[in-house]
Order: sequence, then structure tokens, then C-alpha cells
Amino acid sequence: MTTFHSILFDRDPGGVDKHPGEPDFFADLRLDQVVAALTAGREEYDLAGLYYIPLHDVEAVHYRHHVLGDLEQEAVLSAVRDFAGAMQQMRKHLALMAKLHYAHQKERWFLHAASIYGNAVRALHEKLGALELRSRGFLGLREYIDGYVESDEFTTLADDTRRVADDLGAVRYAIHLRGNRVRVTRYEDEPDMSEQIERTFAKFQQGEVTDHRARFREHADMNHVEAQILDLVAKLHPETFAGLEHFCARHQQYLDETIGRFDREIQFYLAYLEYIDPLRKKGLAFALPRTSARSKEVGATATFDLALAAKLTSDRASVVSNDFHLSDDERILVVSGPNNGGKTTFARTFGQLHFLASLGLPVPGAEVRLFLPDRIFTHFEREEEIETLRGKFEDELYRIHEILEQATGASVLIMNESFGSTTLRDAVLVGSEVVRQIIDLDALCVFVTFVDELSTLGSSTVSMMSTVVPNDPAVRTYKVVRKPADGLAYAAAIAEKYGLTYGALRKRVAR
Amino acid sequence: MKAFLMHADRDFDLAADLPAQEQALTQDLELDSLLGAMAAGDKLIYDVATRALLLSLRDPDAIAYRQRLLAECLDQPAVVRDLYGLAGEALKAEKSVWGSPLRDSPRSILGSSVQKMELFVEFLRRLRQMADEHSDKFHSEGFVRFFAMLREELDEPYFALIENHLKALRFKGGMLMSARLTTGNKGTGYTLRQQREQGLLERMFDRSGYSFTIPDRDENGFRALSALEERGVNLVANAAAQAVEHVHGFFTMLRVEIGFYLGCVNLAERLAELGEPTAFPVPVAPGALALTGYGLYDVCLRLTTSEPVVGNDVEADQKSLVMITGANQGGKSTFLRSVGLAQLMTQAGMFVGAQSLRVNVCDGVFTHYKREEDESLESGKLDEELARMSEIADRITPNCLLLCNESFAATNEREGSEIARQVLAALLEAGVKVLFVTHMFDLANGFHRRDPDNALFLRAQRGSDGARPFKISEGEPLPTSYGEDSYRKVFGDRLAS
Repeated sequence: MTTFHSILFDRDPGGVDKHPGEPDFFADLRLDQVVAALTAGREEYDLAGLYYIPLHDVEAVHYRHHVLGDLEQEAVLSAVRDFAGAMQQMRKHLALMAKLHYAHQKERWFLHAASIYGNAVRALHEKLGALELRSRGFLGLREYIDGYVESDEFTTLADDTRRVADDLGAVRYAIHLRGNRVRVTRYEDEPDMSEQIERTFAKFQQGEVTDHRARFREHADMNHVEAQILDLVAKLHPETFAGLEHFCARHQQYLDETIGRFDREIQFYLAYLEYIDPLRKKGLAFALPRTSARSKEVGATATFDLALAAKLTSDRASVVSNDFHLSDDERILVVSGPNNGGKTTFARTFGQLHFLASLGLPVPGAEVRLFLPDRIFTHFEREEEIETLRGKFEDELYRIHEILEQATGASVLIMNESFGSTTLRDAVLVGSEVVRQIIDLDALCVFVTFVDELSTLGSSTVSMMSTVVPNDPAVRTYKVVRKPADGLAYAAAIAEKYGLTYGALRKRVAR
Repeated sequence: MKAFLMHADRDFDLAADLPAQEQALTQDLELDSLLGAMAAGDKLIYDVATRALLLSLRDPDAIAYRQRLLAECLDQPAVVRDLYGLAGEALKAEKSVWGSPLRDSPRSILGSSVQKMELFVEFLRRLRQMADEHSDKFHSEGFVRFFAMLREELDEPYFALIENHLKALRFKGGMLMSARLTTGNKGTGYTLRQQREQGLLERMFDRSGYSFTIPDRDENGFRALSALEERGVNLVANAAAQAVEHVHGFFTMLRVEIGFYLGCVNLAERLAELGEPTAFPVPVAPGALALTGYGLYDVCLRLTTSEPVVGNDVEADQKSLVMITGANQGGKSTFLRSVGLAQLMTQAGMFVGAQSLRVNVCDGVFTHYKREEDESLESGKLDEELARMSEIADRITPNCLLLCNESFAATNEREGSEIARQVLAALLEAGVKVLFVTHMFDLANGFHRRDPDNALFLRAQRGSDGARPFKISEGEPLPTSYGEDSYRKVFGDRLAS
């Protein structure tokens, strides 16, 4: 047998995939919303935990990238989707079976579940066989299934299922109702009354007619009269029904563990591809990033906040994308500029990108290079009220201190409007100090601030600004661009609009 | 079984879209009074006549087919009324059976369908009788086919077959249904089967199955049994209800198609009472330009006034433009309407209000009328007129007829003339036939001076004593002088020239 065990991990993760709990930074980066959307409607797979485990080595990331590469082929995607759909059906049948009372019925539901399973496995096997697969994941799966469908276990299951189902499918019977007497007999090809009536009156037909057939609500279970009838049908067909009973006893545990695991884990990819599909269709770029556990030269063009883009797209609003690049010893993006101009969104984007890259998934943007961090830290303003300004400042400092204690040079830090509620002097002093420490750590960081000075603390800091429409400074572009911090730019623009710049005012206030 | 009284080879289409210019046509040609006279209070006839008038025939043969049937109807009005009445009674009887099949259970659908069918059978027998009685009075291909079909299809063996079905559907010997199993081992595909005739002894010794009996006090058991019956009956109830629909559809179509002819009969009778002539027009295949009529009058006007109206003669063969000028209150609009109505009636297969008429079939009739009487020159009004003309331009094609009544009078004459000149020139070149009523001398004179072969100029004139009736006759446009007249009348002075 082969060594394939998982479509998510290139080698046995050794218990790492046990439910780890949501990372601290999820809410700040709005990744909680993303995961909520990914798992919605897929509750049966219990997927959330799979999105909480970042990968730290490039090979593990590549394993997923290659699987995604195969999934880019429509044929692979649809083969997998069909399989997943069938497995869902199978589980639905088993769940319903558990609620039924009459033995003949329970057995038939079980048979049907097994038949769906067998067909699903065979269909997947056939389709994978005809496809050009490249990833180790899918090649491993194919090899595994090749072996599995040849196994005695599977072939016996398939043969038994087919034989018993065919026998039952061929059962025909007739019921004669007269007063309170019910007689069940074999069916003997008596003529269909509705066909005869149709034939007689067809000559009058002028056009389309209404469908008068009642739609009956179908319950899975049956009443005692139906059950009595079924017992008599079984009596009319004793061998067929004995075959069914035997089948159930023999194939109680038909589901293969590795197949079951694949069925769950492949959803990790499918959910994400489905989630980003409407965004891609709107023309937003996604790319598999070049990842490195060493180089901190990161960058992306046309990238955006995934959670926000999903919301905007469903509201039919447009999405603004941004670029960033860090080269050589550049590590820290210091973002300033007018408020509500997209600074926080930009910061979140940077954090999201690094986490999504660690999951081995496509990330928003084109030409993306990212670093696989050991950890991600975020510092966003807290919602809860803290009585005094001093209390708030101190609380912030505590949290930042804690982060700096734990962070390493391999961490990613997202600092959003730190010290936003303190005096400029304090913000400059403390902010500069914090940034210097981050510089010393050599960690990647986005630092959103209103303090210009923080952007020029060394060669590792890069200044970026949120921007406005030049002619109408009240309108934000939500573009964050690389340029020197200039806290006066916004004031100058708005002054010009009202004719209050120096030049304009000189002319207006003529002598 | 198809009535095929409106077309030789297909049903009259009650669902076809009316042309987009339907509303304008109805309003401008005052179709309501024509339709009202045809309907004589019957809503169905009103609807059918509306569609027949607006969904014009384009093939002279198809027009002739209706004309021949209509001519016979005018000879046999009593048979037409009886046929229409019989179809109506049948549909009314069907309605009297209580129960809405929409929400009902299969068994109650089946019950009411059987009742309805029993009623229908009586009417089918009466229809068959009428065919026997009257078929020899009709000779047009449409009626000959129709009556022959009734006699052939509705024969005794057929009625016996229906009776057999109705008897079987009363289930005197219980119900036999076949079934198979779902993938959940529940019964499905219940299909009602015809039972073999079985003698009492045969039944007693039949060991081919197993049976059980629902105990008297088992209410749930009886409910289950009844649910099973509903499933069993479902398909048969559907078939029976559809059979009722088929027959219903047959009577409906018969009523619709014969209703058109009854409407024509009603109209002919009204006009005859009023002493007005009618004539079957000669339709000329599209392509040629024909419009020659004598004593052509406005049927709608006649139906709404107590006095006789004047018929006009027009000889406009080979003419693609007929421009009508002349005195106000001179009957220009009436003339225009009489042409429009005659065109629609001709292409519906009807007679027209005239002594005679020969006219080419066109692909569509359009009207562009000045909408309100007031003369103020607001720009909104011209916009509105232009917008309507633009809509017409979206739809009109060569070989259509356009009737313009004082178009583009919402602006000053110079602008109006210029717009009209350009519109007209374009449409005429495209092959549209246009009748244009106007008081814009500049426009009419411009066309007249060029003396084109394809244009005819008519003028409304007061009778020689200056009173009614007005006549339309050939005549070149004259400059209007009533402006000056009025000035003089009011100011008692000449205009300084």
C-alpha cells in the first residue's frame, strides 16, 4: 500500500491538526469573518480548526499549492465536487435511517447509503484515472484509490450492493383496496387507466393543459398500514428481502478511513475557492505567493482586504486595491495620512496576506512574495471603555510590551493607531521608542500612526500615505501609496478647493 | 379537433402580443365604438374582435378565407348565434360543478371531473345534432370542413367509449393499483389499473396474494388507507381533469372563433339598420400600391351620431403619399379615420364601410395624431410628438401605412414643416405609405410644387352653400388666409404688409 494519508499535509502532522482554537489576532484582522464565511453551510465537516493551523515550512506550503494547481483544472474540481456531493447524500441517508422504525425500511436506507458510497468512490476513481494530475497530494490519492477499489473489501461491497439493489428495484406488486380490506398481490400487467383516458380525449386537445397531479409530502418513515403492506410485499418476495438483511449484517462498517478523511480535508480548499470565486469574477487578482521562511523582501501589487472585499462585492460596491514592496533591509511600513482613508484596511491586508500564505492558500493580489512568520501579533485599539486617558495609554503600553517580549525577528506585527489617544509629544516619544525596538528585532511590521516622524527613524522604515482626490479632498481614494509622510498635504488640498491657499488668497485679497 | 374558422390551418391565437402601437391605434381610430357595436355587450366578442382587428392578416388568401365564411354567416345568422350559444352554455354548465381543482385532493378532482365530463357529453351530443341539421346550408371550405369533422369524430362508438370510462371511474369493484419500491422501501409509482372481470367464485378462491383488514376502530388505519387511495387515484384524476380541460378548450376555441363572426353579424345588422352600405373589399397583395374606394365612410362616426355621414371617393392607386389639406371642420380627420378603419377591417377579413374598396395589404398600420387640441407652443409638446415619432420609427417597416393627423403642429410652422419634410421624405423613400392631414401650407405646397407622381393632394371643402356636408376631393393646397381674416374681423383693419 502507499503512504498517502492527507490532502492537506505532506507528512503526518503528528497531532498538530487537533482542534487548536482561534488565534488571538483573528478578530483584529477580520479573519474571523473570513473563516465564518468559509465554514458556513459546511458545518458537517468541522472545518474551522483546519484554518487555525499555519504552516511554517515552504515544502508544506508547496504541497498545498500543488494540490490547488490540480484543482485549477475544471475537471479535477468537478470530480472532487461530485464526490463530496455524493458523500453528503450518503450521510443524509444514514442520519435519516437512524430515525426510522421498521426493519425493512432501515435496511433499505442503509443499502442505499452504501450504494451511494460505492458509486462515489468508483466515479472518483474513474475520473482521477483520466486526469493529468501533478500534485503529490492528488497523485497519492489516486494511487491509494487504485488500490482500494481493487481490494476485496471494496469489490465485495460493490457486488453485494448492486445485486441486492437490482433485486429490490425489480419488485412490482399490486394493491387492491375495497372497503377496509387490503390485498397485496403480484402485479400482472393490467392496463393503465390514466393512459386509456388520455387516449380517448386527446382529440379535443387545443393547447397546453394544467398538471393536476397532487404533490404529496413524502415522509421518510411509514405508517402501520404501509408497514403491513411492505411485510406482505416481503412475503411475496422472500429471497429478495433475505438478501437485504444479510447485506446489512455483512457491511456494517463499509466506510474507509482515508477516504473519509479526504472527503473532509478537501473541503478546506473547496470552501476557499468558492469563497474567492465571485471576487475573481469581478476581476480581483489572487495569486499563490512565493513564500520564504528566510527572505523578508515581501511585496504585492493589486492586493486588498479579503473580508472587506467579500462584503463590498456582495453589496455590489467596488474594491480598492493597493501595492506594497519591501526590499533590502526595509521592514516597517509606517502608514499615515487622512483618516478614513484606508490605513487600517491596508494594515489588515498585510496581516491577512501573511496568515493566508501560511495556510498555503491563494492570497489577494498579483506578484506576491511573502514571508512565513513564526507568529503574527496585532495591536488594535480596544473597544472597551477605560476611564482615564492615562489608563488607556498604560493599557496600550502593557499590551505592546507583551508583544515585544514574545515577538522574534521572524514575527509579523500589525500596529494600528497605537497611541492615538495620547498627546503628540508622548506619541512621538513612545512611538519612536517602540519602532526602534521593532527595528532592532528585525521583524516585519505595519505601523499605522499620525506621527510623521516615525517614518524616518532608519533605513528599515518606509513611509506610506492614505490619499484623497486632488480636486475634491473630501473624497477618499482608499489608496495607500508609498510617499514621504506629509501631514500638511490634506490641509493644503482642502484650502485650494476653497480658494484659501496662499496664491489664491493673495489674488482675492487684492490691494 | 380544431374549429379552424379563423385560419384555414391554425387556431386563432388569443395569446399573441398585440402590436406595440395598439393603444395609439385604438385611441386615434376610435376603435372602441366599432368594437362596442360588434360585441353588443358581450365581453368575449369584444376581446376576440379587438385581436382580430389588431392582429392583421397579411395574406390575401387568408383574408378571402374569412370573407367567405363571413358571407355565409351573414346569410345564416341564427346558426351562428346557436353555435355561439351552445359553446357558452357548455362552459357555463362546467362552471356550475362546485369545487376548485387547484387545492383539492385527487379524489375530489376526479369526482368533479367525472361530473363535468358527464355534462360535457350532453353538449357534445347537441353539437353533433346541429352538424346533422345545418351542414347542408354551408358551402365555404371552412364550414364544410368544420361540420364534417364534428360528424366524423363525434359518432356513437365514441360516445359509448366515453360512457365506459365514466362507469369505470366510479370504482364499484374497488381500486386496483400497481406500485414499486423507493430506495427507502416505501411504495411509489402508484398507478391505477383496470381490473379483470372476476366472478364471485374466482375471487373467493384467488390465492395469488395476502390480505389484511383494517379493524373498525383503527382511525389511523383508515386515514392511512385513504391517503393510499389518494396516491392511487392521482394519475387518473390528472388524466380526467386534463380530459375536461381538453373538451373545455375545444368549446372555448369554438366560442372564440365563432364569436368573431357573431361580432361581424352584429355590426352588419347595426349598419343595415342605419341604412349604411357595406362591402367586402378586394385585398391586393403587398407590393402594389392600391387605394381606390367609393363611398368610403367613417364607421365609428356613423355608429355614434344619429345623422348619416358623407362617404368620400378616393383614387390613390400608385400613390405612396396622400396629403390632405383644407378647411377646419372639413372632414379631414374623419376621412383619415375611414381609411385607417377600412385598412384594419380589410385585413381582419371583414367587410368595410363603403360602396366598394380595393386596397393593398400592408404590414402594419401606425398613427401619429396631434394629441391635444390646445394650440400652445410649449417645447414639451414637441418633445412628446418627436418621441412618439421616434417610437414609430423604431418599429415601422417598408410596406406599412402611416396616418398622420396634424403632426408637428406643436411648434411654429417653419420648424414643424421642416421636421415633417425630413420625416416624410425619409419614410416615403423607405417605402412607407403615408396619409398626412395638415394645415401647414408651407409643407403641403412644398411637396405639391415638386409635383411628384407618387403623391395625391386632397382638399376638404365646404359644400357649395358653405354648410355641411363636407367632401374631400382632389385639390392642391391653398394658402390659409383666415389669420388675416380674423385680424381684420377683430381689428377692423388690414394688416400692414
